[in-house]
Amino acid sequence: MANLLSIITFIPSVAAVILALFLRGDDEAAAHNAKWLALLATSATFLVSLFVLAGFDPADTGMQFVEDRTWILGLKYKMGVDGISVLFVMLTTFLMPITILACWPVTVRVKEYMIAFLLLETLMIGVFTALDLVLFYLFFEGGLIPMFLIIGIWGGKERVYAALKFFLYTFLGSVLMLVALIVMYVEAGTTDVVALMSHDFAHETMSVLGIPVAGGLQTLLFLAFFASFAVKIPMWPVHTWLPDAHVQAPTAGSVILASIMLKMGGYGLLRFSLPMFPVGSDVLTPLVFALSVIAIIYTSLVALAQTDMKKLIAYSSVAHMGYVTIGIFAVNQQGVDGSIVQMLSHGFVAGALFLCVGVIYDRMHTREIAAYGGLVNRMPSYALVFMFFAMANVGLPGTSGFVGEFLILVGAFQVNTWVAVLAASGMILSAAYTLWLYRRVVFGDLIKEALKTIADMSRREWLIFAPLIAMTLLVGLYPSLVTDLIGPSVSALVADYHAALPALAN
Amino acid sequence: MTPADFTTVLPEVVLAAYAMAALLYGAFTSKDGTAPMLTWATVGVFAALALWIGMTGSGSRSAFGGMLIDDPLARFAKVTVLLSAAAVLAMSQDYMARRGLGRFETPILIALAVIGMMVMVSAADLMTVYMGLELQSLALYVLAALRRESPKSTEAGLKYFVLGALSSGIFLYGASLTYGFAGTTQFAGILSTLTGDLPLGLLFGLVFMLAGLAFKVSAVPFHMWTPDVYEGAPTPVTALFATAPKVAAMVMIVRLMFDAFGTIPAQWTQVVALLALASMVLGSIAGVGQRDIKRLMAYSSIVHMGFALLGLAAGTALGVQATLVYMVIYVAMNIGTFAFILSMEKDGKPVTTIDSLNLMAKAEPLKSLAVLLLMFSLAGVPPLLGFFGKFYVLKAAIDANLMWLAIIGVIASVIAAFYYIRIVFYMYFGKEADGTISRMAPAQWVVLMAMAAVMVLGVINLFGIDPLAAVAAEALVR
Repeated sequence: MANLLSIITFIPSVAAVILALFLRGDDEAAAHNAKWLALLATSATFLVSLFVLAGFDPADTGMQFVEDRTWILGLKYKMGVDGISVLFVMLTTFLMPITILACWPVTVRVKEYMIAFLLLETLMIGVFTALDLVLFYLFFEGGLIPMFLIIGIWGGKERVYAALKFFLYTFLGSVLMLVALIVMYVEAGTTDVVALMSHDFAHETMSVLGIPVAGGLQTLLFLAFFASFAVKIPMWPVHTWLPDAHVQAPTAGSVILASIMLKMGGYGLLRFSLPMFPVGSDVLTPLVFALSVIAIIYTSLVALAQTDMKKLIAYSSVAHMGYVTIGIFAVNQQGVDGSIVQMLSHGFVAGALFLCVGVIYDRMHTREIAAYGGLVNRMPSYALVFMFFAMANVGLPGTSGFVGEFLILVGAFQVNTWVAVLAASGMILSAAYTLWLYRRVVFGDLIKEALKTIADMSRREWLIFAPLIAMTLLVGLYPSLVTDLIGPSVSALVADYHAALPALAN
Repeated sequence: MTPADFTTVLPEVVLAAYAMAALLYGAFTSKDGTAPMLTWATVGVFAALALWIGMTGSGSRSAFGGMLIDDPLARFAKVTVLLSAAAVLAMSQDYMARRGLGRFETPILIALAVIGMMVMVSAADLMTVYMGLELQSLALYVLAALRRESPKSTEAGLKYFVLGALSSGIFLYGASLTYGFAGTTQFAGILSTLTGDLPLGLLFGLVFMLAGLAFKVSAVPFHMWTPDVYEGAPTPVTALFATAPKVAAMVMIVRLMFDAFGTIPAQWTQVVALLALASMVLGSIAGVGQRDIKRLMAYSSIVHMGFALLGLAAGTALGVQATLVYMVIYVAMNIGTFAFILSMEKDGKPVTTIDSLNLMAKAEPLKSLAVLLLMFSLAGVPPLLGFFGKFYVLKAAIDANLMWLAIIGVIASVIAAFYYIRIVFYMYFGKEADGTISRMAPAQWVVLMAMAAVMVLGVINLFGIDPLAAVAAEALVR
């Protein structure tokens, strides 16, 4: 099957069109059908994507499953995956059915909700498979529209403000990337990602408004791309949209945002910034390190002070993504491997933590930490699941979180000791806020009147968490499952990067 | 006049003959009851002419001793103008009838204006340009004041007339200077005199003509009439103003610049770049405070004209191609949006405030979705069609080293995105609905849905307009 990637990309949107055109009525039966169809479509996508994984050859560092067609305006419709992107495709297709299951309690405008998620899946898979700059941009930006609606329509009380903030922040970041990618198109004469990777963009020091810029054009292009990716990741100080968006988004929206959409930023850095602008990356590595370390320490401290569970997890996400950027810019095998494992792990763990919040939010309709306490008395299995993911968030050995953070710190230590030391201190803070959150919500005596009748997890909720627990443990105990897949592609990336540097530096 | 001349202008002649016959018919029956029939007949004639021009034309030929030219660019523009005028007319019939504006003159005036536009885009001589421009403008002045009893509509007509006459005067002044220094009014003749030192008078002539035409596309700083006229004129007329005349005037500018001044691009690209810059920035910022959707669309069109001029400012064939593609996409977005604005009413009266859109999505999910797509497209958010227009002109601009202009352009587009998104906001997340409903005639519904579908499906291959625009641009830039 030559166009397997297009098939998995567009199955969800075909389902969305079917939902939009053929499902009538607003009654409960229609809502029920919409949910089942969405679940069916996302599960089918996952099953088909397993064929990609099965047919993927990790030893080949080039692009596989490539589709290449001409498109409008001299652009190409080109898709393909390498070891790095195939993992993100799998992450997306794996998480989507779980997310849809988490949407089950929604009762407002269910059909539209499902359509938004299905379209979002198409756009997210497209981001990871597109091999044409403009095609990538299309998917990358297009994700804004459904997410904007998901937050704006189905979100919490302050959803309007959060949705607008989310939209304008990310839009501003990405129009700068748009300018940069047009510059690249004009310079290199192509938008083919593979061709651009081997194109040497100018790197002689040039002056902009009288200020000399080391690395020249590469640095400027890097900054423009970075503006977009940094907002997506998000890095300090452009992370402020994230807590608002997370708090206001419905549970499933938070899961998608944390587990997949944040990864687009990290993926972008790996796919575009490092291979295409090695000199620019090299020049600005200290900046990235500084921002990442600040993110880890500062947002961890901020997380300690939160009273809203979702906000706390959102800040914890910013801190964990700080490790990812450190790992990427260490540019060695351990660092990059680690950052990818960390992104994968964060996809499971942060998603699961938001789902954990969702479980009790569905019952009590509040996210205030102070409103809970002593849940272990009424919800033992919930306490167990929450405990597991809290530990994974801390980075307990045996969970995927440990593997990622450990590899990143090993990678960072080889490049910059101080960064590694400071980043490692974030692990202690992460343990502090996570365990404190857990203690306040789950332990203690059950004294709150409202909590006395709370029910434990349903079978559906178990079904949501089981695959996430399995994957977190699997990656934690047997990480070579992942590192074998990404290893060759990562080492090629690292080798190309270092090969480009000395040749270009003088 | 030779037979060859006649066949070249046959579409215009047919349309003129139709307009005269319709006028006679209307005058003899002298009943406004004929208005719906005449409207649909005019729509049919427009569509048939568009089909005819689009299908049969080939190559370039000039007529009347070089006064007129029929080339791929002219045909591209004519088809766009005819189709957009047909769509506007079709979707306004119901509005006109229900608001007591169903007079039989309306379709005839629009037909006359369209003849003017067709002449404009084919003009190869300053005299022809002026003739087309005036024919178009005179018909449009009357249309703006169509609602005689309304002070706002009268004001709009008067304002449009006074400022339009001023701009025509400025254009004429520039044309006379050019004639004085070049010794000819034909584009080809002017081009051949541009050797050696450029006379200052010719340069002045160029700038004055550009200023006069900038009025017609409402580029800043010649935009002042736009919001008032858009707001005051009856909505169907506003819809027309926003679409066909803009295409004609833009193509007119493009042709004048390349055919008459093509060898000295450095002289006019900087003026055009300035117009583009000012339009993009001012249109975005000034639109933020607007509460009336028609005024908002006026500022929106100013921004879009800025982007279209950005392509021209590049001064290359690629730039012209980008401008043409941009104009077509712009027209499609505006027609769809106005189809919805036409349908908004409360207690039987039309409303145009943004607040009245509150929670429209609850009552009208499908229409709201269509408007949402159009708004995101106007804002230039991928993967909708509006993005490709922006992408294309930005590429042309960066290709021509207009880096700063491109950066300011994208920043302006983020500011402008705010007011498009705000409309979506009110429709989906607003407070409580105030009783405004969207009452649509079938034609409006079809146009709205078709344009929304175009925004999504156009991604596949832009409906093939790109190669056509390329041919049109190559005919011009040699």
